[in-house]
Amino acid sequence: MSGMERNSEVNFDLSVRDAVKMFGDFAAVDGVSFDVESGRFFSILGPSGCGKTTLLRMIAGFIEPTRGKIEIRGRDMVGMPPNRRPVNLIFQHLALFPMMNVEENIAFGLKRRGEARGEIRKKVTAILERLGLPGFEKKGINQLSGGQKQRVAIARCLVLEPAVLLLDEPLGALDLKLREQMKVELKNLQTQVGTTFVYITHDQSEALVMSDHVAVMNNGVFEQIDTPQNLYYRPRTPFVAGFVGESNVWHAKVDSKSGNTLEISTADGLAFRVPAAEEIQTGSRVKFFLRPEAVVIEPAGGVPGFNRIEVSVKSILFDGANSRLLASGIQGDEAELMIALPQTRRYDHIRPGDVVEVGWDEAAGVCFSSREQ
Amino acid sequence: MKTSARWTLVLFMAPVLLWLFLLIVLPHIDLLIMSFRVEDYQGGSDWSLKNYVMFFSEPVYWLTFVRTAVYSILVTFLTFVVALPVAFYITKVAAPRFQGFMTVLLLLPFWVSELVRVYGWMILLRESGVINHFLVNLGLLNRPVEMLYNDATMIMGLVYTSMLFMVVPLISVLESLDDGLIEAAYDLGGGISSILFRIIIPHATPGIVSGSIVVFMLTLGNYLTPNLMGGKNSLWFTEQIYNQFIASFNWNQGSAFGFLLLLLSSAVIWTGLKITRQKLSRVVR
Repeated sequence: MSGMERNSEVNFDLSVRDAVKMFGDFAAVDGVSFDVESGRFFSILGPSGCGKTTLLRMIAGFIEPTRGKIEIRGRDMVGMPPNRRPVNLIFQHLALFPMMNVEENIAFGLKRRGEARGEIRKKVTAILERLGLPGFEKKGINQLSGGQKQRVAIARCLVLEPAVLLLDEPLGALDLKLREQMKVELKNLQTQVGTTFVYITHDQSEALVMSDHVAVMNNGVFEQIDTPQNLYYRPRTPFVAGFVGESNVWHAKVDSKSGNTLEISTADGLAFRVPAAEEIQTGSRVKFFLRPEAVVIEPAGGVPGFNRIEVSVKSILFDGANSRLLASGIQGDEAELMIALPQTRRYDHIRPGDVVEVGWDEAAGVCFSSREQ
Repeated sequence: MKTSARWTLVLFMAPVLLWLFLLIVLPHIDLLIMSFRVEDYQGGSDWSLKNYVMFFSEPVYWLTFVRTAVYSILVTFLTFVVALPVAFYITKVAAPRFQGFMTVLLLLPFWVSELVRVYGWMILLRESGVINHFLVNLGLLNRPVEMLYNDATMIMGLVYTSMLFMVVPLISVLESLDDGLIEAAYDLGGGISSILFRIIIPHATPGIVSGSIVVFMLTLGNYLTPNLMGGKNSLWFTEQIYNQFIASFNWNQGSAFGFLLLLLSSAVIWTGLKITRQKLSRVVR
């Protein structure tokens, strides 16, 4: 919880304390605590089935927690039905009302509050303009494109000025191009309106791009709550290291420990110097995670503090800016190594089957002690 | 190729067209002609509007007619009110593995004939029936009361008889309702009534209308239930038709009544479709 300790000067729009949800003997959410500061974009990232949807539905009020506390702007929400909570939820499939037009959809919540007709009309016009859909009042839901539907769903919630806007993977149904575009749009919108967003997703890129803070969730617990940068560069658990971003993983044994550096040797007979972690002792088993972009192809000679190995290139995976070199050690060919391949034409001469030298800084990567023997 | 396709169409359509023509169109033409004729005691017959004039000049006929129409609409509405929660429970609340079982439970009473079901009600409700027996034995009643042969009992019987025809279309239409819409309305501050009237009923309108048409037509044309459960007081228009054909042996008068009933049901259904802005072709699908 670094950087997120309770602080009397900061306003928390949402505080969850030890939330537990049991389904029979199975704990879908197993003691989760977090706070979201006012006006932040907070994401919960996890694989499907990790309990993130259950957590979100508990905040929205559709599921009552078995134990624990959920506070919105300091008010305890336990036992309060969804229609009386100051939060709104954007559903995965948006759940726009097909029997109503855009205006009626957006006005639905305002009407339930009993606001005056003229006031409702004004607010609907204003929110549609803000979301770049001026003049869309009388359109039917089926006349809208995917991105427009998205914006109407957001307008329908934001017009109610909720304390927290909850989003349940709303970009999942869009095609790739639109998803990329909506990511940026959502982030801009959030900055503009200043509403607190709580966003759940299994797509790490969505979480990393948009969020101020991300919680990585697995098996009903939060593995780490941190900024996207810290999650990527300083993962606290092997799960986070493996789940957020791509990584090369080696199983290895610690040969020696000196200061901030460990000497490890892998099953393939490779030996590296890697950054140390406190709990790891000489002789213990470790998992070493290394980002593909940390690996340099054909590093300049003579640079100190560098791990160097010779690998043979198996294939080149061209994917534009995200291109990869797939290689394996020349001695043992079981462990595959994923290396970022910058598209600068400098490495155009590399062909599958070539043997090249690769290297990375000793301070790169992260080690975790491993229970597997 | 084209002619053979046409012949196939003719071949498949022939039984339907024959059935429609021989059993529906032809008898109705005959009835229509008969309704405009009168017979005298010598056995001769002549064209006349007397049968229709009789309907309007004799209050018992048109009062029965209006009463049947109003009660049929009431029964249709009550059936809807009872069937909607049942259909909603089966589709949205019950565990999926019980849904089929519950639908079968609903169907089960309809495996026996309407006659047997109505007699079942009579065994329960009559003066010497099961309910009276218990109420008297428990001391809640001093002496048995007759629960049959009044309007309330008759309407209950008609609702019970029609239930299934409303529940089935409602189940199919509610199954296509995304739970997310209900949750979204709830999340946006909607209460039970706004969710019901803004989300569920607008979505279910085609099913409601098709169920209502079936229930209304069946109720309007029902003879057995009003006759047995309403007794002499039932004053159902089908009984008037029956009386003309069978008791008075006045087929001409009976035909006129039959046509008036047909006009009534067509008019009510047409009005219903106009009010709900539904199309018949969409509703019956």
